[in-house]
Amino acid sequence: MIVLGVETSCDETAVAIVEDGKKILADVVYSQIDIHKLYGGVVPEIASRKHIAKIISVFDEAFKQAGKTASDIDLVAVTTHPGLIGSLLVGINAAYAFSLANSIPCIGVDHIYGHIYANYVEADFKFPTLALVVSGGHTELVLMRDHYDFSVLGETMDDAVGEAYDKVARVMGLPYPGGVMVDNLACEYKREPLYHLPIYDSDDYNFSFSGVKSAVLNLLNKCHMKGEDVNFHALSYAFQDTVTNVLVKKTVKAALEYNVKQVIVAGGVAANKGLRARLSDAIRKLDSVELVFPKFRYCTDNAVMIAVAGYFQKLTSDKQQS
Amino acid sequence: MEKIIYINNAKQMIDLGERIGKVVEANMVIALDGDLGAGKTTMTKGIAKGLGVEGIVNSPTFVIMKIYEGRLTLYHLDVYRTNDDEFELAEYFEMGGVSIIEWSHYIESLLPKGCLHIFISNLGNDKRELTISWEDSEYDKVVDAICE
Repeated sequence: MIVLGVETSCDETAVAIVEDGKKILADVVYSQIDIHKLYGGVVPEIASRKHIAKIISVFDEAFKQAGKTASDIDLVAVTTHPGLIGSLLVGINAAYAFSLANSIPCIGVDHIYGHIYANYVEADFKFPTLALVVSGGHTELVLMRDHYDFSVLGETMDDAVGEAYDKVARVMGLPYPGGVMVDNLACEYKREPLYHLPIYDSDDYNFSFSGVKSAVLNLLNKCHMKGEDVNFHALSYAFQDTVTNVLVKKTVKAALEYNVKQVIVAGGVAANKGLRARLSDAIRKLDSVELVFPKFRYCTDNAVMIAVAGYFQKLTSDKQQS
Repeated sequence: MEKIIYINNAKQMIDLGERIGKVVEANMVIALDGDLGAGKTTMTKGIAKGLGVEGIVNSPTFVIMKIYEGRLTLYHLDVYRTNDDEFELAEYFEMGGVSIIEWSHYIESLLPKGCLHIFISNLGNDKRELTISWEDSEYDKVVDAICE
């Protein structure tokens, strides 16, 4: 089955063509990040306008890359939620128009499931598998007992982890996208911890990152009032250490409780070097649990993951109907 | 009209929000401002609770708006990344629900005249000062509930 994937939920205009959920025939991503850098964040109005301007050429480029035509496509899969409404609509309309014009079925895919399936490019799933979804908009632990069978074990009660990174970067005056900078500063810090930050912890699988964000703010304000300099390297380290600790702790706890064979990490924060290192150490200590990270390219928004998720969504619904 | 009240901790902020959620009416708009970490989302959690919204209410920063069903529909917006050009947002203010708008000053001209403004100042630790201002007398009972 050849699936055409379309993704426009935030600031990437992406189209991909994937065969049987694994073989990537085309992978085109146009990122608006340089435009939004000027404004210190994604501007929704600009994002949707840019999607409209780019979507046709991204479609064309994907077909050129794959060496395929519309008649080779068996299924169209498009991100329908969650995301910026104006941005999503551009992809949905383009995908739906393409499917109508060529009489190809079209299905809507959840962006988060897409991020999880970005890992399938890397490794086959071994059920039960536990997905840690960490991005600018989400922080969730999701248990999968089979393909396209998702149970959310826990989620954030306030800020998403990527959002907390970006907000902390903002108060430290780092340029957009700041989360990456915080990760870099944290990884460069090799001395004794200088700051200690509190974080919400609990026995369930829910997360809270609003408190640690406020703690960073309070610390900066206090230093500012006293006229003390803040060591941004040490502060980034403290923040990263605190946040990754709780992410790793809850992931390990869930992995043990549900006897999972595999832990997969999904979403933009899967590219975070600190989290990768910490989680690798912790999972290595568990018996026969495999850890999978998506390739850096597939951590951020792309359409390959939507095509792969769409493929499995179709297979699963076909199986249920027969 | 303007009133100033003080809050000592996050629980009081949620309780205050809950009182708002219980009395707030269709098409009311509450504009929330204050620095990062002031407690805007915390107050909104309380408002959701008062409206009978079930499940977790978390930050709408990334997607601009999240919608919840309660006694009335709750539109929870974070307009930090938007500006007055996003005039479509104003449509939600009149759809029979309740709109809570964080960082409302970014869309000042789109806000309904006379709506309820709450500015939260961080006084250190968990203490907060809330400056409440409104022009439309419709909001009197909401302010009464806040000051209860």
